[in-house]
Order: sequence, then structure tokens, then C-alpha cells
Amino acid sequence: MKEPPALPPLPSALPRPAGERRALEDAWRSPPGWRRLSAVNNVHVGAFYIATAMLFFVLAGLLALLMRAQLAVPDNDLLAPDTYNQLFTMHGTVMMFLFAVPVVEAVAVYLLPGMLGARDLPFPLLSAYAFWAYAIGGIVFFCTLFFGASPDGGWFMYPPLTGKEFSPGRGADWWLLGIGFIEISAIAGAIELVIGVLFTRAPGMSLMRMPVFAWAMLVVGAMILFAFPAVIAATTLLELERAFDWPFFTPARGGDPLLWQHLFWFFGHPEVYIIFLPAAGLVSMMIPALVGTPLQAYRAVVVALAAVGVLSFALWIHHMFTAGLGTLSMRLVSAASFAVAIPSAVQVFAWIATLWRGRVQRDTPTLFLLGFHFTFVLGGLTGVMVAVLPFDWQAHDSYFIVAHLHYVLIGGMVFPLFAALYYWAPLYGGHRLSERLGRWVFGLMFGGFHLAFFPMHISGLMGMPRRVYTYAGDLGWNTLNLLSTVGAFIIAAGVLVFLFDAVRTLRRPRREHGNPWRAGTLEWLPQRDYGVRSIPQVDSREPLWTHPDLVAQVEAGGHWLPGTAFGGRETLVTSRREARPQYLLRLPGDGWRPFMAAIGTAGFFLLLTAEQIVLAFAFGLLAVWMVLRWLWDADRVPPRPHAEVARGVQLPVGAGHWSRSHAWWATILLVAVDLTVFACFVYAHLHVSMAAEVCPPPGAALPSLHWSLGSAALLIAAAALLWRAGRSLSEDNANRQAGLRARVLGALLCAGGAYAIDMLAHSRAGLDADAHAWGATVATLLAYQGLHLVILLAMGGFVLARSWAGLLQPAARSALDNILPMACCIGAQGILGMLAVQVAPRLAAVG
Amino acid sequence: MSAGEAVPVSQSALQPGGPVGDTLLGVTWVLVGGGTLVFAGVMVLLAMSMRRRHGNPVDLRWWIWGGGVAFPSVVLLLLFIYGEWHRPPWRPVPPRDALIVGITGHQWWWEIRLRDPVSGTEAVMANELRIPVGRPVYLGLASHDVLHSFWVPSLAGKMDMVPGRMQHLLIQAGQPGTWRGQCAEYCGTQHARMALHVVGEPPEVFAAWLAAQARPARALPDGEAGAALARGRAAFLANRCNACHTVRGVAEESRLGPDLTHVGGRIALGAGTLPMGQDPLAQWILHIQQHKPGARMPASAQRMDDATAKDIAAWLAHLQ
Repeated sequence: MKEPPALPPLPSALPRPAGERRALEDAWRSPPGWRRLSAVNNVHVGAFYIATAMLFFVLAGLLALLMRAQLAVPDNDLLAPDTYNQLFTMHGTVMMFLFAVPVVEAVAVYLLPGMLGARDLPFPLLSAYAFWAYAIGGIVFFCTLFFGASPDGGWFMYPPLTGKEFSPGRGADWWLLGIGFIEISAIAGAIELVIGVLFTRAPGMSLMRMPVFAWAMLVVGAMILFAFPAVIAATTLLELERAFDWPFFTPARGGDPLLWQHLFWFFGHPEVYIIFLPAAGLVSMMIPALVGTPLQAYRAVVVALAAVGVLSFALWIHHMFTAGLGTLSMRLVSAASFAVAIPSAVQVFAWIATLWRGRVQRDTPTLFLLGFHFTFVLGGLTGVMVAVLPFDWQAHDSYFIVAHLHYVLIGGMVFPLFAALYYWAPLYGGHRLSERLGRWVFGLMFGGFHLAFFPMHISGLMGMPRRVYTYAGDLGWNTLNLLSTVGAFIIAAGVLVFLFDAVRTLRRPRREHGNPWRAGTLEWLPQRDYGVRSIPQVDSREPLWTHPDLVAQVEAGGHWLPGTAFGGRETLVTSRREARPQYLLRLPGDGWRPFMAAIGTAGFFLLLTAEQIVLAFAFGLLAVWMVLRWLWDADRVPPRPHAEVARGVQLPVGAGHWSRSHAWWATILLVAVDLTVFACFVYAHLHVSMAAEVCPPPGAALPSLHWSLGSAALLIAAAALLWRAGRSLSEDNANRQAGLRARVLGALLCAGGAYAIDMLAHSRAGLDADAHAWGATVATLLAYQGLHLVILLAMGGFVLARSWAGLLQPAARSALDNILPMACCIGAQGILGMLAVQVAPRLAAVG
Repeated sequence: MSAGEAVPVSQSALQPGGPVGDTLLGVTWVLVGGGTLVFAGVMVLLAMSMRRRHGNPVDLRWWIWGGGVAFPSVVLLLLFIYGEWHRPPWRPVPPRDALIVGITGHQWWWEIRLRDPVSGTEAVMANELRIPVGRPVYLGLASHDVLHSFWVPSLAGKMDMVPGRMQHLLIQAGQPGTWRGQCAEYCGTQHARMALHVVGEPPEVFAAWLAAQARPARALPDGEAGAALARGRAAFLANRCNACHTVRGVAEESRLGPDLTHVGGRIALGAGTLPMGQDPLAQWILHIQQHKPGARMPASAQRMDDATAKDIAAWLAHLQ
């Protein structure tokens, strides 16, 4: 054993004054009883979040059991074809959108602040809002099944089948609007997590000392920000086609069904890794603790996570191998599909090397981790097989793919998740789940899984296509299907035993967990509602191993921020790379606003689907009002500009401005999401332009270039005025901001004027969104810009209101700082959109 | 081959019926073999890592650079070259002697068009394609409504049928036989009941079959049998079956549904739902919505009696 390195003196002097811990407890005390629903603290929201995601796991699993019952024997008439089609659509949709992505975000919301040594995530109201929007929307969406009104177009929703002509019912709209807005909640969660990882790590936890799970969530958060916009764009286009007959996907009017497939899989393939990488991160956390040795090749694992994240964006076309695309793109994608196996192999061998070095504790988490290795390696190898073009030609859309995807998703994500539930369960109430039952749970789930899914490889190669509600009895598939059905019910039995044990264990009285696995990372410090008693100074990847007395020091309050500076909720913001303390962040307390805003948002989208327009807008107003209320209170001038967070360390209170503020970076991420949605719309426009025989199509015309240039000039002026306004806040007398207000008002007028010019130019050119897909994509670009104008006006009005109310101060200026990125976003969209419209015909002529 | 006889069919990629199927199966076995070896190797390492103590640990570089980077890179590079080597062309050019066939996907059946080189007439059929053994067949694949995918596993891989586009696929039968195929892209309610049969025949049998298919519907025989069939034909027209179905030489006003000119000679009914025969045909007419719920054809049990349905069925079964 190495000697522990010599400790510098503790950041805070001991002993701590009496009453300090009490003040901390008071500030973080969560509301009792049913009012717990208004809690915004990450441990409460995280626990609700995990429970809700597991609820959807069970519900979607029940749908799978019904499907397997139908397929147990050939020519079965247990379920009507339309019912079966709704079931498989809902099974895939609920598993992917309401279980897999939410549960990884949920685990991160619950665990990350603990792992990073933060008291909470940086935007607690946002995570509460994201959770409630998802929970309410998801449950209503699921309930459509009971009315036979669920979507039945498959979780991939390919048009034209999902267009108005072939799916006239409301099922497809439930999917498009319901899932569309749940994606927004996933994006909100991703921004929260990325900012949390980058800004709220314990002092000294440099990027290279971060727990691997934090790295995984950083990569996954970034992937969500660039992948989910594609599905938001795609659902928007399809809903526009369904509602207003804009023909994006209708070949007779210049649309193309493959446009949907490109956009959907540009999201859909990264989605698979968005689900898998967090699980890989969890595995990289659990194995070292279970074998008592640090993760081998930490750097290589981190590089591998990032490499998978990047490569996954180059793979979407491999879902379209049989769609008849060009040879070159096929070859490139096939090569990239191979390449993505390499970083996965690096991780697998890093795990094996870690096991090799240590002594393995043979507990239930270990069983699930071994089950994960076995299953995931097999699924990965069948993944390599389907990347071989001639093989995929047969396997594509057959049961072989059903087998493959369940091997990588259940093997790669559900088994690690169950390992994680067993491993981290003691954090909730101090108790481990039962080892005896755990062996049963693992045995049933693992055995049932392979019995259910291994035969599907064979039935697929024997010609059984996916998504069939029944099959003929003379094709040799009968025994294989019966085995699959039996296996599915065995998995369900395992899950049932788990649920029984989980409910039983979580209801036991709380106690200290005592670090049962002797793990080395910070989440195993004693934690309460406020997190750790004092935020530890970190100098290694496994601080609890390096400094065995760290637990006692942290509990005594010897580290950073041992109490509360102002009697409220607070946490430390540290620098992005080296994690040096930057400022004290004051966090909002519990309240109903996120909950009400979520009800408003969910109500808006769901009532819109049910065509209750007036009621929908009432709910929409409720959501906007609640968000405005919480933003209004979010940025207050602190009682004192500085606070002591450790012996002799005074930090500024509240965010700095521009790039020093975590909130400004959150706005930048939001703008990146916005621009990605916009890029998808531009892609759609170029796609239909290139496919058109003449561009613009007969009857349509380009807007005048002069008008477009005028509009661009106004947009630049708007951004410049806002920039000047931002600069002037510190110069102007803080109480008389007439100049500032004039600049903001001028900027809003410029932006509005630019939009008016655009609209006029297009209407003079005779833009017609129904006649041809070209016009529809142009109209979409315009509508999207219009939406942004509304947002800019709202943000501008907010700044003006705060200025008049005297709340806009050099020390409380985020409202003003955050409007500039949005103005730049609008300017960029206006100019790039104009270029796309003007240049596409010339490109099409060349092509 | 007479109607109603049980035909042994295969829909399995593991039972190839021609050169393309053979190639794809060869690739499959290579991949399965290689995958099994790699899987076994990794599992052995995993099992060894679970042992209690290792005297001298393996150098980390071997794990990461050897196992994680070098090994998969070499294997995958070889695999990529191997896959390219055995890859059928994505956009095939029809060989000079190829038979050219047009296939259009409908919800939920296959329309098949072939030109008879002797008479120059185009024969329109449904759900059954016969091809000459040993001759490449160049398929032009289109869709009438939503996405479908053409897949006869014994003969070739699959190709999607995309509205607004024309896709191509080369298939070839290496020996006589009957193979089943099924739509492989989800296309709505009856995606599961959208099958077709491909029959490989000696060239001269095929030529005779094609010539027969290009001719209009079979005439009625004389005598009492003929009178019964004529009743069926009259009932077919009186019940406006021809509002959707064409029977060349009898009624040619609509092509919404499958062409029935030689329907009695086919292997199956309803895109693989029932075997062909007079009784299944009558069942189909009366109770189609029980056998294939959601099919675009209405059930006729409410508007005609069993005898009428039997008459129509008898006439259709006669159209071979």
C-alpha cells in the first residue's frame, strides 16, 4: 500500500460553530406529506424520476408479454391485427422514449450531484419541470391504449403510412405531439446535466479526476443536444403535413418519404448510444468498487466514450441499407459501423483488465455485470455482422434484428441498470436489496432473456420479418416462437421478484449505509437532503480510498461551504477544467411553479392533439406565466456581494456575466439546440430542392434578393444594438437606464422589421406551402423564424420590465446577457435560411 | 401443378435457391463462425479474470492496445474487404439475357407485370411470380401507396419499395422449386399477410406459362358445367366485383385490386393467406374480413347467399 499523500490543512477550521448544521438542514428541509410533490431537490426529483421510468419499463414490458402471447402459436387470433400493431408501436415508443432515455437522465439526476460533491444540480426548477412534464405527458400518452387510440405506425413512424391518407385517426398525432414535447423535456434535462458536470464539481476535481459516469453523462448530454433536434424537426414536419397538408413526404407533390428516414435515424442511431453510454459509465463506476481496485486505463475509457459519441452521428444510414441509396454512402457508413466497435472493445477490455487486477466481490451487482458482459459482447458481435452489407441484406427488418437490438439494449443497458439499482440502492434508505432474492432475480432475467431472444436470431434467418401480428404454421418458426414466449414470461417473473424486494426494502426505516461496497467515490459520503455536510477538497479519482479519514472530515464540516452563507440553498460553482472555486450559487427552494408549468405544457400539447384549441391555449398561458414567474425571481441582487466559503476564501455571490456565468452557457447550449433544429429544416429544404426536377418548381418563385439583403441588415443591426445595451449596463446609472431601454426597444423593432420584410418578399413571390414540398420547406423556415421572433420579443419585454422595475443591475443582469445569444441565433437563422433558399436552385442546377 | 395441392415452400435464408442466396448464406456462415470464435475468446478471458489471484498481472497495454484496438481493427478491416467482395451490386445493371419484371407493392398484395416476348402482350398478375431456372431476373420495384420491402430470402436479400422511386433487384433461381417471400417493411394492418410465391421452372415450362398468362381469361366449356360457370361469371359482374378486379377478356375497367384473369392457377389466395381452391375462394368472398381483417375488400356475407359465392368461386377456380 502507498502512503496517503500529506494533507494540506483543511479548507474550514474545526470545530464548526453550533447551529451551522441546523441552518443547513432548515434550508434544505423538504416539504412533508403530499406536498413532497413540490420538492425540487435532486434527491427527491431523482427518486420520483427513477420510479416513473421503472413504471414505464413495467408497462411496456406488459405490452411485450401480450405480443409474445399472440405469437406463441401460428395463426393465433388472441389479438386483432390493429391491436397488435398498436402494441408493438407503443412497446417500442414507451421503451425508447419513456423508459430508456428518461431512466438514464433520472439516474444521473439522482446520483450526479453526489458524485460531484455538489449540493444540487444548478437549475433545480428546470429538472423538476422536465420530470413533471415527462411524467404527466407520458402517462396520458400511455393511456391512449385504453381507448384504442394509440399510434400504430411503428416507433419509427415512417410516412407515408403515418400520413393523413393512410392513418386518418388521431393515433399518429398523439405520437407526434406527445413524444415531440417529451423530447423537449429530455433536452432540458441534458442541458441541466451538462452544466452540472462542467460547473458544480467539488474543488480540485479536475476533468481528469471526474468519475467516469460524469464523463459519460457529459458526452451523452452533448449527444442529446445534437441528436434530439432532428426528431423534433422530423415530428414537426410530419405534424405540419398531417394538420395543414404541407407535402414534405408526399412524392406526388415533390416530397420524399426517405427525408423522414434520414432525419429520424440521424436521431435514432445516436439514441442507441445515448442509452448505452450512461450504462457503460455506470459499469465503469461499479467494477472498480466491486473489485477494490481503480479502473484500469481511465483515459482510454474516457476517449472511448467520446469517440463513440462522435462516431454514432455517422451511422444513421445503416438503418437504410435496403432503401437503395448510393454505393459510396453505403460503404462509408458500413466502415463507420465497423469503426464504432473499436471504442466499445476498448471499454470491454478495460473492464476485464480491472477485474483481472482485483478481487471480485461475488454479489448480485457482479452477477448482473457478468450477465451484461456476456450479453452485450454477443449483441455487439451480431452488430458487427449486420454492418456487413451482404449479411444485412438478409437480416434487415427480420427477427434477427429484433434479437440483436434486444441483446444490445437489454444486455447493454437493462442489465447494467439492474446492477446499478442493486449497487446504489443503499444510498436511498441505507439498506441493500436482498442477496438471496437477487440471485433469483438475476437467474430468471438472464435465463429468460436468452431463452426469449436467442431463438429470434434463427427465426430471423429462417425468414420471419419483424412487426408481423401472426405467421403461417408451415414455415418452421413454431417451436422457436414458443420458446421466445416462454422466455419472455420468465423475464417478467424475475422483474416481479425484483419489484417485490425493492418495495419491501425501500420501506424499511432509514439508517446510515456505511459504504457497503467500500467504494471510493464521493456519492458514498454520508448524504442528506443537503448533500454532504461540507464539500470535499478532491485530489484523486477515488478520494475515499486516498484519504480514509475524508468521511470524518466532511461530516465534521472541515471542507468547503460547511454551512449556508445566507440561510438559503447554495452550492459552489467551480471552473470548468481545474474545478477552482469561482462563485457561490444561490439555488431556489421548493415550490409549485415547475409542477404547474409542467401541467400547463403537457396540457397544451395533449389538448392540441385532442383538438381542444381554446383549452390548449389556456394551459399554454399557464405554463408561460409560471415560467415567467420563476425567471422573475431567479436573478436577485444578493444581500452581500461576497461570502466566505472556506477559511479566508471570499467568493463572489451569484453568477458573473457572459462566459463566466453557468446560466449564460446554458443559454448557449439552448441556442445550439435551436440551430440544430434549424439545420434540420435547411437540410429538408435542400433535400427536396435537389430532388425537384426544376427548382423552384413551376408556379413558385424566389423572393427578391434585395429584400432579403435588407432583412439581413436589420437582423445584424438588432444584434449590434443588444450588444451595445449589454455593454452599457455598467456605464449607465443603474437606476436610470433610458439609453439601455431605447437600445433594446430598437433591437426588437429591427428584428420585427426584418421578419416583416421577409414575409412580404415571400408573399410577393407567391409562396404556396400546399402546392409543392419546396414551398412547404420554405414556409417551415419562415414559420420557425417567426417562432423565434416571438421568443425574442418575450425576452426583450422581460428585460424592459425588469429595467423599469429596477431589477436589472450590474450584479443581476442575466436577463440582459441571455438575450444576446438569442438575437445572434435569429440573425444567423435569418441569414442562413435566406442563403439556403437563394442558393438551392443553383445547387440543384449544378447537380 | 394443380390448384389446392400442398406445395413444400421455404422462406428461409438458410435454404438458398440460387446463386445469390448461396453467396449470402456463405457470408452468413463465415460471420457466425468468426463471431463464435471471438465471443468464446472474450468469455474465456472474462472467466479467467474472475479467478481469485493473478500472480503477475498482464501489462495494461496488451489489454487496451492489443485487445481493444489492434485486434478489432485487423479483424474489422478484413471483414470489410470480405463484405465488399461478396456484396451484390446496389444498383444492378440488367444483364443482357435478363428477364425483366415489374413489381408494385400495394396494401397488402403484390402486383406483378411481365411482357410475353412472343405475343408482346403484358401479363398482369398478383402474388405469384414464375421465373426460368438459370436466367437472371431483373426486378423493378415500386410502391402504389406506402413503404414495402421485397424479400424472398432463398433467392436474394431485400429491397425497399419507396413511393415515388424505382428500385432494382437481381434474383436468380438455381434449381426448380417454390419459394415464399414476405413484405419486410411494416406497411400497416395486414403487413403480416402480404406474402408472395416465386416458382422456378425449366425455361420451356416458363415460356408456356407466360404465354398462357398473357392470354385473356379462359373460355367457358360447353354443356352443364359451362352453364354453372356462366352463372358464376354473371354473379361476379352483377355484384360489381369488377369495380376493383380485372379479368381480361371479361371486365377490364379497374385495377384497384389484384388481376384475376388466371387466379385459379395460383398457389395461394389473399397474398399467402389461404391455399387456392374453390372452397377457400368462396370462404374468401364471404368472410374475407375474418381471414384478413382490414383488407381493402369488403366481406360479402351480408349481401349474397352461399350459393352465389360458390358459383363465383367455381368460376374463379376455373380461370387457370
